[in-house]
Amino acid sequence: MNTAKSITLTLNGQQRQCQVEPRQHLVDFLREDCGLTGSHLGCEHGVCGACTVRLDGQIVRGCLVLAVQADGRSVETVEGLSDGGTMRDLQDAFVARNALQCGYCTPGMLMAAAELIEKQSDASREDVRLWISGNYCRCTGYQAIVDAVCDVLAARKAAA
Amino acid sequence: MKAPAFDYAKPASLSAVFALMAEHGDEARLLAGGQTLMATLNMRLSEPALLIDINAVADLKGITVQAGVLRIGALATHTDVEASALVAEHAPLLAMAAPHIAHRAIRNLGTFGGSIAYADPSAEWPACLMALDGVVVVRSVSAERRIAAKDFFLDLYTTALKPDELIVACEVPVKQAADAFAFDELARRHGDYAIVGLAVAAERVSGGAWGASGLTKLRLAYLGMGTTPLRARHTESRFTHQVLTSARLDEAVASLLAELNPLADLTNSAATKRHLAGVLARRLLGALLESKQ
Amino acid sequence: MNAPDSFPTRHLKALPAVTDDPRYIGASVSRPGARRLVEGRGCYVDDITLPRMAHVVYWRSPVAHCRILAIHREDAARMPGVLAVIDGAQVATICKPWVATLGHLAGMKSAPQHPLAIDRACWQGEPVVAVVAETRVQAEDALQHLIVDWEDLPAATEMETALAPETPVIHPELGDNTCFRRALDTGGVDAAFATAHVVAEATFNFGRHTGVTLEPRCQIADWNPGEQRLTVYHSQQAPHMMQDLYARQFDLAESAVRVICRDVGGSFGIKVHAYPDDFATVALSILLKRPVKFVADRLESFTSDIHAREHRIKGRIAATKDGDILAFEIDDLTGIGPFSMFPRTSAIEGNQVVNLTGGPYKHQQYRAKLDVVFLNKPPTCQYRGVGHPIACAVTEGLVDLAAAKLGMDPLAFRQRNVMPDDGYPAVGASGIKLEVLSHEECLRRISTLMDYPALRAEQATLRAQGIHRGIGFATLIELTNPGAAFYGVGGARIAAQDGATARLEPSGAVTVLVSVGEQGQGSEGIFAQIAADAVGVAMNKVRVVTGDTDVTPYGGGTWASRGAGIGGEAVLQAGLALRANILKVAVAILKREGLAVQRDEIIDVATGESVMPLSELGRIAYFRPDTLPAGFTPELMVTRHYAQRDYPFIFTNGVQASYVEVDLDTGFVKLLKHWAVEDCGRVINPMLVDEQMRGAIVQGIGGALYEECLYDEAGSLLNGSMADYLVPMAAEMPDIVVAHVETPTASSRLGAKGAGEAGTAGAPAAVMNAINDALRPSGAAVFSQPFTPEKILRALGKVA
Repeated sequence: MNTAKSITLTLNGQQRQCQVEPRQHLVDFLREDCGLTGSHLGCEHGVCGACTVRLDGQIVRGCLVLAVQADGRSVETVEGLSDGGTMRDLQDAFVARNALQCGYCTPGMLMAAAELIEKQSDASREDVRLWISGNYCRCTGYQAIVDAVCDVLAARKAAA
Repeated sequence: MKAPAFDYAKPASLSAVFALMAEHGDEARLLAGGQTLMATLNMRLSEPALLIDINAVADLKGITVQAGVLRIGALATHTDVEASALVAEHAPLLAMAAPHIAHRAIRNLGTFGGSIAYADPSAEWPACLMALDGVVVVRSVSAERRIAAKDFFLDLYTTALKPDELIVACEVPVKQAADAFAFDELARRHGDYAIVGLAVAAERVSGGAWGASGLTKLRLAYLGMGTTPLRARHTESRFTHQVLTSARLDEAVASLLAELNPLADLTNSAATKRHLAGVLARRLLGALLESKQ
Repeated sequence: MNAPDSFPTRHLKALPAVTDDPRYIGASVSRPGARRLVEGRGCYVDDITLPRMAHVVYWRSPVAHCRILAIHREDAARMPGVLAVIDGAQVATICKPWVATLGHLAGMKSAPQHPLAIDRACWQGEPVVAVVAETRVQAEDALQHLIVDWEDLPAATEMETALAPETPVIHPELGDNTCFRRALDTGGVDAAFATAHVVAEATFNFGRHTGVTLEPRCQIADWNPGEQRLTVYHSQQAPHMMQDLYARQFDLAESAVRVICRDVGGSFGIKVHAYPDDFATVALSILLKRPVKFVADRLESFTSDIHAREHRIKGRIAATKDGDILAFEIDDLTGIGPFSMFPRTSAIEGNQVVNLTGGPYKHQQYRAKLDVVFLNKPPTCQYRGVGHPIACAVTEGLVDLAAAKLGMDPLAFRQRNVMPDDGYPAVGASGIKLEVLSHEECLRRISTLMDYPALRAEQATLRAQGIHRGIGFATLIELTNPGAAFYGVGGARIAAQDGATARLEPSGAVTVLVSVGEQGQGSEGIFAQIAADAVGVAMNKVRVVTGDTDVTPYGGGTWASRGAGIGGEAVLQAGLALRANILKVAVAILKREGLAVQRDEIIDVATGESVMPLSELGRIAYFRPDTLPAGFTPELMVTRHYAQRDYPFIFTNGVQASYVEVDLDTGFVKLLKHWAVEDCGRVINPMLVDEQMRGAIVQGIGGALYEECLYDEAGSLLNGSMADYLVPMAAEMPDIVVAHVETPTASSRLGAKGAGEAGTAGAPAAVMNAINDALRPSGAAVFSQPFTPEKILRALGKVA
């Protein structure tokens, strides 16, 4: 029971080989085994979105994925995307708009927003609200977040 | 809440899956998208000894069209279905329903087969499959069965799947020129399990010498009304051969209100659900009748 | 694409500056602390690991009321990694029980409470047994093997019958299930109602709900046996209060306790209270002599975080034919938990409802009756807005009913009846003392802001097309910047004062230590703004330190919207004092007058030219005292404290408006837009105030439309998960336009009042009034929150 598995994954661009217990979910693995505490846990039943990370380039609920399922796959966290600079404009917009207060929902919110910007470059304000409706924020009331994402959509469109 | 301990296997073939299922029986659970299973495990509502991850089984993947049938592999994710050009063209009802399923991050992993197998009466795919008179293709180590949707959903979270079977695909007939579809659900928050939802399939008849224009071969599949997705068969039967016209819309809704016997949920009485079911039907059918497309 | 009013040019009427060369106070500056949070580099309690740290999970009562018969711990204790299984009796050997009452709430009663229940558990979720293991997972595994024998006891689960003879008395030694009663009567109330041309009444219900901070409650208790010192890393709003409580409950010297608050993932009052599991976790660390981490999981949070706002209020309003409000009357019944919550007590919310109902208005007659009753449900206590959302909903709901009966426009009715802007200081009918408010100005502003006439016209046009929109207003008052009236006078050791220490570093940078902390509202940001202006340095030269009782001055922390007004004032005064001391050093070094501190330099006032950078002054002051005049010592670290002592509270005011569309067939409410004109005195950072308003408004909307803890008759929570307890999400929330009026308080130099809770106070009332405005032609009205589709359908008679 609970036999540890060896997994090899690409984590924030780097290959890692680790031993994981099958029952450990991906965010616990990231936080406890990899020291990447930027991904947060708010509910562990897949509803709040605080745990949102990227698996093979797509956002997923990290609390609903097992670490062992990351074997042979690529995982990106807020730290990796931050250091890689790919969401710099989004982060700048969040700071400029004060689209975060306590910051606990922010990594998950950024991951979700980054996928929207990538997939729907002409998203409307309403589209943005619908897209981020899977990420709970108790502090901001959402408007500043929507404003920040819209800022980036507009800027990227103008630059394109 | 941390999941209890279990073992994990990821077989690469169906036969290997069946071997593990046979060996472990009800101590094993199949892991597809995991969007329901993982939450259940995190809350320790279930304590399997083994998770059989079926995501490596190629036979379960893909969305294809052949001989008038759209086949959706059990492992097709909700996002796959949402983004599929084949689905958009051949089963637009599914494309209408997809954006209502939870949220993007869930859709990226949750699977069509998983949703059908779990058979939540408030889920979108079971109701859509019922509306389209689809087929669930299941396999055991020895045989393949094709189960009509109407025979598949038996009770709350209970399907016709036998313990040694798994879903390999679902099939729906492709859209014909005269087919019309509609889908909507009433949820207090976008992405929540809906209070009530309705998947409509019908055939358009245009007016002229043959009679009034409207809808016939009506199929009305509700979600959120009972322990399984429910077809309003009595009301449908009025408009299987007859035409539902704008003038007969009131009659259809009255028939639904008389026929439907919903179960209450935490915040909605049976009366409320029945009322909302009628409102949804009026709106969707009314819009279809008006749009003539 | 963005909301048209996002980032408008600030049109605040310019208040006189409080410093020379003001650059930052009043400006929408980004928070320096936000950058690391967007990089995922925050430091929340669960991010911290200490050597030998253990993890605790609690066995909590599965039912509302039960007797604990036996605890069989052998199987659990044998599980891998388990360090201890500890019960209430063991914890009681080192931790005293407490009674949560306040002396100034006359007659208030509550029973002693222990960290872990002994013999009897009184609510579903009360902690009873602690299982400690080396990892969280091991503790949870072991918990499943803990066997607790218990038997059901009859429970008091309905507030309406809490005092009925057949309902069990939860604490027989208290005599009944009454926690607190209050009656207030100005006299003349019956006469007012008798002579009134219009009387309107309604019964208002408010669903019990809870805060749902995204980061659950958590702490690491670290008893260091070598140092004989306790350090608690706590996701908390009031570290000094917790330091005091831990010291006293565990009989430790105050100086033996240190509380550290790093990043807090949302608090809203949920994290300002002292929970039984807080004390239990500390006890475990002391007993086991190693750090112990407790993180509430989400399911646990729903039954262990404080709840709030379970009220039933019968209200009446009397008005003259011309539309003058004569009187309000309320009868408030509220159901709390089986114990009053420690240390701020569960009677405050109801007490505030009595104090605040009718608040904005000129009437003289008021009568109120309050019954706070114990129930076998989770304890309740202060949660954002405390009694304000309830008092405001009752007041504003009655105001709309009266206006409708009179055939008066609701905005005009309010304009006629609010206290005049030139009539301050004033005393409200309930006795509250009001320094200075701006109701009239705010009502004028909101009418323009929302283009009220145009909205009414739009409403009429659409109504003719069968689209039912409603406009609802809420005028509100909100208490902020409390003096000692709240808690101190009642005997609670909760500081009403705060302090700031400002230090010039040798390099010319400034460090500011402040006793009010940060939970995301931007306290550290505004303190940096204030300090920079006060001292005369660039903001990026200022580093703010909060949340450590070993480091900062002693203070009260975050609650009752006091951080900006009280903490900010302490920072201002410390900064100004530091500037003065810097100037003394400059004079001593340069041996001349006519100098000033400006923008990191000592300048010549006459020419404006720089004479010496602060970095040079710092070098000399710290490293070259040999060059300074005899008898002169630079004092470049200054502390100032501030307490608001002019009034019991500094009230703020505002008005909100909600524009909704109600689908009469489905009962669904669509929030089209929301406006708020708020007056929090001097605005230190308009962007941060806007965002506090928006977040607070959405939180209020939660109570109005979504949030309710649902119970069965046995007192078991039916919807204790994020799937079934509904919180506001982005798709349903409106854009919120915020405008400011600045009427500063004279109780401080800064003139800032508080802004954190007003949004929550007014939003439910505004939304309710908007819904009822939409429903009015149908003759339907709803007064029971949350306003679910079913309630609206029932009011419309569409569903039985």
